[in-house]
Amino acid sequence: MSMNNITPWKKMEIIRHKNRPTIRDYLPMIFEDFYEMHGDRLYGDDGAIIGGIGRLRGMPVTIIAEVKGRDLNENKQSNFAMPHPEGYRKALRLAKQAEKFKRPVICFIDTPGAFCGIEAEKRGQGEAIARNLFEFMTLKTPVVSVVLGEGGSGGALALGVCDELGMLSNSIYSVISPRGFASILWKDASREKEACNIMKITAEDLTELQICDAIIEESEGGAHNDPMMTAENIEEFLVKTLKEKMQIDIDVLLNQRYTKFRKIGEFEESAAAEE
Amino acid sequence: MLEDLFNVVTTRFNSVVKDDKDKKESKSTVDIPKDLFFKCPRCSSVVVSEDLDNNLGVCPDCGYHSRISAVRRLAMVADKESFIEYDKDMISKNPIDFPEYEEKQAKLREQTGLKDAVITGECTIRGRKCVIGIMDSRYMMASMGSVVGEKLTRAFEKATEKRLPIVLFTASGGARMQEGMVSLMQMAKTSGAAARHSEAGLLYITVMTDPTTGGVTASFASLGDIIIAEPKVLIGFAGRRVIEGTIKQRLPEDFQSAEFLLEHGFVDMIVDRKSMRKTLSHLISLHTDNVEVKDR
Repeated sequence: MSMNNITPWKKMEIIRHKNRPTIRDYLPMIFEDFYEMHGDRLYGDDGAIIGGIGRLRGMPVTIIAEVKGRDLNENKQSNFAMPHPEGYRKALRLAKQAEKFKRPVICFIDTPGAFCGIEAEKRGQGEAIARNLFEFMTLKTPVVSVVLGEGGSGGALALGVCDELGMLSNSIYSVISPRGFASILWKDASREKEACNIMKITAEDLTELQICDAIIEESEGGAHNDPMMTAENIEEFLVKTLKEKMQIDIDVLLNQRYTKFRKIGEFEESAAAEE
Repeated sequence: MLEDLFNVVTTRFNSVVKDDKDKKESKSTVDIPKDLFFKCPRCSSVVVSEDLDNNLGVCPDCGYHSRISAVRRLAMVADKESFIEYDKDMISKNPIDFPEYEEKQAKLREQTGLKDAVITGECTIRGRKCVIGIMDSRYMMASMGSVVGEKLTRAFEKATEKRLPIVLFTASGGARMQEGMVSLMQMAKTSGAAARHSEAGLLYITVMTDPTTGGVTASFASLGDIIIAEPKVLIGFAGRRVIEGTIKQRLPEDFQSAEFLLEHGFVDMIVDRKSMRKTLSHLISLHTDNVEVKDR
């Protein structure tokens, strides 16, 4: 683990690097014949989540990804990777389609969080995320998720109910941004760095908490230094994982998926625990 | 009517002053117990707490259904002595070693008599058996950490196993930050348990109470087959201040109210406290009675 001794805050800096590769960089490096599919068939098309069909070393797969922009123009299109409800509903539509055609689903997580705004509330941001958690848990096809950079809260989890979660070695996955954490719990947003370091949001921390299943190594100093090499590692992880998951009987796989989340939580229950 | 209200206030106020004088004669300033009055967060009316209490916790002026304890809620809904509690001794640990989390919990347990932010169990409602879960906003704004997640998941699993309907009264500020990612995962865990209960063909009714927000709105609360809301309560995903900060403008008064959600198609019905018990029992019986169409 070459990245082991990097502090969480340093990782934050790496994933915020302006040349940090996004799914748009990785797509052509990992997949062939990618066809993008648009729209949720209910309201519109959300630029913060792209989805479609492609091939992973020949095998047809459904790809769903949160998209960070590489410049202002792209960010305007993708709303800085903060999805609206129609983005999550598009994701669900494509996942259901994958289930029908027995293709595995690959989700890429890279978002500061679901968008917080009037329109998002009117169209049911909470319901859209909840529905994805509910439906992905029982989706009858393998699902693999990869956190590319930032996995922000429910907006990330909506693409994170999966059979196996991989995280790039500098990526983070958190219940709220460190800034939000500091602001809510300490009423002081400037303690962001301190929050970042105690929140347990790195791939190593989350492996320990049994949330992350695999750490995917980035190139030395961060994925921006060698996107191609990082893409190869992602591809390797996907191929290895899917080969394994495609073998498993679907009912067994669904039980394993349920258990993966079912077992998370730390509590005690003896009556004497109180005294 | 307003005058009556003031009279009551004055009478109460005087009696407090008098009581206090009886106790400590020399005291010159009087502490008014802060729970003597209730200021309605919706219409800003000031109501004597006792009157609010006698009105089931509903603001007499605007109908806002204020926050009430889980124990009181249970008494309003369940048949007397029908409740059998599940997992009543479960308490949380400190998964990310958040400073002073244990101390805060211990203090809250003492203050509220609760072990965490939800009580679960089974009961009958006008004779109809169901699994029930009630969140209590007095406990860390009923945020969802390991205990809330585990107890609700077990409640769904019990309901699935016993083939019972489940009724959840939701209230929450969202995921419990102090438990970090472990709290976020409770969203997936509870939603998964709800999905299995649903796949078994069983009924899940959500009753959204004040406030139902954040990660709870974005998980099990929004997944009921039937979603009921109490009048005037706050329901939403993002916090009001967060949205105002993002869009740099003030939000309309009724934004994220039960009525707003009804208008936008995210709740089935708004039901007041007076009618809740009856409504729930009817809805349950519509799903559990196996009666063929009658001949004339």
